[in-house]
Amino acid sequence: MISEFRQHVIENLAKPKVRANFRKAMDGLMQRRLDQFPDPQELDRIRTQAQAIRANALSKLPELLEQLEARLTANGIHVHWAETTEQANQTVLAIMQQHDAKTLIKGKSMVSEEMGLNHFLEAHGIDALESDLGEFILQLAHEPPSHIVAPAIHKSRQDVAKLFNEKFPDIPYTENIDELTQAARTILRDKFYSADIGLSGVNFAVAETGTLCLVENEGNGRMSTTVPRVHIAVTGIEKVVEKFSDIPPLLSILTRSATGQPITTYFNMISSPRKPGEKDGPEEVHLVLLDNGRSNIYSDPELLATLRCIRCGACMNHCPVYTRIGGHSYGTVYPGPIGIILEPQKAGLDVHGELTQASTLCGACGEVCPVRIPIPTLINRLRFEGVRKDASTTPGTGSRRKLQEAAAWKAWSWSASHPAVYNFGATAATRLQGMLPTNMSAWTNVRSAPKLAEKTLHERLKDLGVADE
Amino acid sequence: MSKPDTVYFFGTCLIDLIYPQAGVSAIQLIQREGVQVIFPQAQTCCGQPAWNSGYRDEARAVARSQIALFPKPIPIVIPSGSCAGMMKTHYPELFAGQPDEAQALEVAGRVYELTEFLVDVLHIELKDLGEPVKVAVHTSCSSRREMGVADRIETLLDQLANVTKLEQIRKAECCGFGGTFAVKQPEISASMVLEKVDTIRATQADRLVGQDAGCLMNIGGAMEKQGAAIPHQHIAEFLWERTNMASTPLPSTPLRNHSHRTERPLNEAAARSLSGVEGNKETAQ
Repeated sequence: MISEFRQHVIENLAKPKVRANFRKAMDGLMQRRLDQFPDPQELDRIRTQAQAIRANALSKLPELLEQLEARLTANGIHVHWAETTEQANQTVLAIMQQHDAKTLIKGKSMVSEEMGLNHFLEAHGIDALESDLGEFILQLAHEPPSHIVAPAIHKSRQDVAKLFNEKFPDIPYTENIDELTQAARTILRDKFYSADIGLSGVNFAVAETGTLCLVENEGNGRMSTTVPRVHIAVTGIEKVVEKFSDIPPLLSILTRSATGQPITTYFNMISSPRKPGEKDGPEEVHLVLLDNGRSNIYSDPELLATLRCIRCGACMNHCPVYTRIGGHSYGTVYPGPIGIILEPQKAGLDVHGELTQASTLCGACGEVCPVRIPIPTLINRLRFEGVRKDASTTPGTGSRRKLQEAAAWKAWSWSASHPAVYNFGATAATRLQGMLPTNMSAWTNVRSAPKLAEKTLHERLKDLGVADE
Repeated sequence: MSKPDTVYFFGTCLIDLIYPQAGVSAIQLIQREGVQVIFPQAQTCCGQPAWNSGYRDEARAVARSQIALFPKPIPIVIPSGSCAGMMKTHYPELFAGQPDEAQALEVAGRVYELTEFLVDVLHIELKDLGEPVKVAVHTSCSSRREMGVADRIETLLDQLANVTKLEQIRKAECCGFGGTFAVKQPEISASMVLEKVDTIRATQADRLVGQDAGCLMNIGGAMEKQGAAIPHQHIAEFLWERTNMASTPLPSTPLRNHSHRTERPLNEAAARSLSGVEGNKETAQ
């Protein structure tokens, strides 16, 4: 039986245009990143520095979160805690209801995607509008993001032109990117002024000062967080850092790793609501801190490294699997290498465990991760947990263990740890082939079958008299 | 480290079963440098397939039977970045907290990938005796990112005067083998290997060489299935073929006195071409 994931993969591999869009975009992003890091030793140094900042924050996460809450509260920002996405959604809804708000304008936020916020609010009669250009396009197309930084990367300019023409027939058809962007800008400008509440994500939350940092290129983040009367920020509890001085190195490595920019066009630091005498800014600011499985990940000393992620997307840009199958194949909010370690830990190995197979363990992701998350090591760890019940507190451990496969590995292990059995030569080799998890057609559809040698190396060297000990 | 008198050779299961000539050639290259080679006949597999599939106990049982085979404090040379990476990087993880952790760490510390050993330890100097040939090189992900030795194969090829290296685009990208990945996610693997084949064919190389049998089996198999395959060879076999002189007795190489019925056609062709080259006796050492 072909799994749902493999069905998605087969469908998406058969879309040459989308594949070409991904390939072109990822090739470009890889080159742009490379251009930002001309000195490998310097890159090594700043990756270690960024890793240290994130590891430090995680090492005292509970204390820093308390400090963050105290600082934010002192600064006049309301802090809300949500253990589940349902609680987070209810919190946002309650704030909106308090203000009798009917419209929400959103800056880009992956945590809001995690919450399924747009659908939730829609069901409660609230109109949530995406203002990030990529997210705006996807909202028009009723599609989820396919990349965490560039959500509409799977769409070509022609795709967007057609979409705009269909949704906004009054605007003349154009494939010119500047004109398309200008069209979106004009549509959105009014929405910013009329929206009751603005919502954004958070890239870093500074415990020392109670500052919410937001990295963006389009200015929509600044508009969403300053124009409406109320601003709600949503983020995961892992986004906290200890000190204000942690921000420059993290910001620098984030933008260079993500889009190959030395810095983004906008960098917002939100530290309070509008103060008396100030000309802009919201009257009220809220922060919703979401757990959604993060505390459980935090409890494991090895898997904890997952939470170092600063969401740059470099792992997916460099992943040969992601590049081919695209973000939608994963069926999760976070795709690519970070997704295949994060999503099974959050939703359970029984739900998304197969994603741990979506890697050749080539190591490209770990090589570029700005905070040195050992992604291949964690993939291996989660594959282990998938076939070992109660290996850890990760939900769904052991759920991927199949009797036949487990028996095959046992038999393989027995034969390969008994040289006499192993050296049964071609027979043992034939047996090994028979033990692969699926039949040979998986291999021979595009490859000739491996031809076994007439004599094994063991036999050849014995014949040649090479010393045995 | 300085040049050792003797080394262990771990042949890997893929070379054992599919590319034994690569193993023989690797040993010949080492012996020609005056280093004796021990091949423990009880060796089987490093355990990587089970390790990467999450079956750690099963992997450890196999690994445990391997680490017992290398008691002397001498290097262990492995003609594969991926199997060397398994022993060097993953045995310490696999044996963490086990009673024989110290033994596993000690073994891990002596592991060398073949090209790494030839370049860094033996400082091998190669004399090219072959006809002009254009080769494409596939560097495995494990030799590149896990072992950090992917440039050694290039160093070796650069010593060969008549070999022209051609570079395919996206050279550092994975070929899509990934062990059981190739059969667990066959569609993704197929799309990866077919693109890899396209980039290699586009170089118009006469031959593909690499240091990992898994990648070669994957890329080579895909080319064979398409037809008009560019012949592929393990780097050990290629280097031996280019630098071996059939008529010069080589010290401590009893191997060359045997003629093999299993000799691969590429070697026969090379032997024929070599027999016509004058002056080899003086220049090849």
